[in-house]
Amino acid sequence: MIPSSFSYRRAGSVEEAAGLAASYGEDAKYLAGGHSLLPLMKLRLATPEVLIDLGGLRDLSYITDQGTHVAIGALTRHHDIERSGLLGRQLPLLAHAAGRVGDPQIRHRGTIGGSVAHGDPASDLPAVLLALDATLVARGSDGSREIPVGEFFTGLFETALAPGELLTEIRVPKPARPAAWSFQKFTQRAIDWAIVGAAVQGGNVALVNMGPTPLRAAAVEAALAGGASPAEAAGHAAEGTSPSSDIRASSGYREHLARVLVARALAEANARSQ
Amino acid sequence: MKVDLTVNGKDISADVEDRMLLVHFLREVAGLTATNVGCDTTSCGACTVLLDGESVKSCTVLAAQAAGHQVTTLEGLASNGEMHPVQRAFHEQHGLQCGFCTPGMVMAIVSLLRENPHPTEEQVRAGLEGNLCRCTGYHNIVRAALAAASTAEGASA
Repeated sequence: MIPSSFSYRRAGSVEEAAGLAASYGEDAKYLAGGHSLLPLMKLRLATPEVLIDLGGLRDLSYITDQGTHVAIGALTRHHDIERSGLLGRQLPLLAHAAGRVGDPQIRHRGTIGGSVAHGDPASDLPAVLLALDATLVARGSDGSREIPVGEFFTGLFETALAPGELLTEIRVPKPARPAAWSFQKFTQRAIDWAIVGAAVQGGNVALVNMGPTPLRAAAVEAALAGGASPAEAAGHAAEGTSPSSDIRASSGYREHLARVLVARALAEANARSQ
Repeated sequence: MKVDLTVNGKDISADVEDRMLLVHFLREVAGLTATNVGCDTTSCGACTVLLDGESVKSCTVLAAQAAGHQVTTLEGLASNGEMHPVQRAFHEQHGLQCGFCTPGMVMAIVSLLRENPHPTEEQVRAGLEGNLCRCTGYHNIVRAALAAASTAEGASA
């Protein structure tokens, strides 16, 4: 399968990328690792006229300790997040989940910023960043702004990014109890997107693929905060969700999976932090 | 557009469409047909090659994205007529049946052993999650990876 025709432009700097995006407008798409966008283009579900390749912007690939939070450049690959010693110590949930994205070949190309900006509710890292209360930094023509991750995902493949705005950094606060984490993902084949997934960090619980956006499982969190046992709280995992039915699972089965996976995640997070 | 890249140590320059995929560049421009197109949807791994030494699925990389980088295909593994240790291990452990997935499997294992020279069997299986064998010959493929890792040159190649 071959994508429909487009013009390829490689950006040499963030400024050049933003300038190209401004000049081409809605006809252009940013290309990071390309492992979400290129498959869509091959299926002709996406037909941008211009691709602005960000792959040369090595200065957007970094993981640095900022005291209260860890700053991750948007073009940092899943492979580098998975193997980061800093993240392994401070944010093991993120390091582990990055190592469960796709397969090794995909993790050699895919980036955290690309995954987040794509806005796919079936992707792992958006829900993980929700559970971690991350802040996203985006750069537009008027300079940079911070967007709380809870306000970022606005619909299916839709985000708070304005046209031409470029996600540059992900800031993840260091959790009080880094060990109280779990990531559960149910798939048919190892490399598939999650049919449903659950990420837990402390009392925060987020869900993969339970609606048009990644979600916080607010009813579970409220039950935990009110003193419910993890098993009782997990019974609320499908409340407030709107999972789709598709070839892999019905919505009812997804609701069941959410309850089961959240129960497993809470139990594992508890056991780890003892 | 003009694309310059290095394939198996040789510089190749060609005028291609912006939308040309790396796998098509390798097969049709460079004439290197070991790299197969299998599923064409980033699932099966038959098109796995090394980009700057790391495994990637060349059906999901644009030739333009690889410009200025080093690509290694199966044809680039043997040196002086000697099979690469991973190739030799596939031969000795009967790691191939129909052979279609084999180039991708070999490249994925070369990349895996560079990152983890002495993997456990479980790590090999996890490391091959992105490669499908429709003959279902996985056991001998895993055995070949472990055999290659157990030889000093396999682990360092």
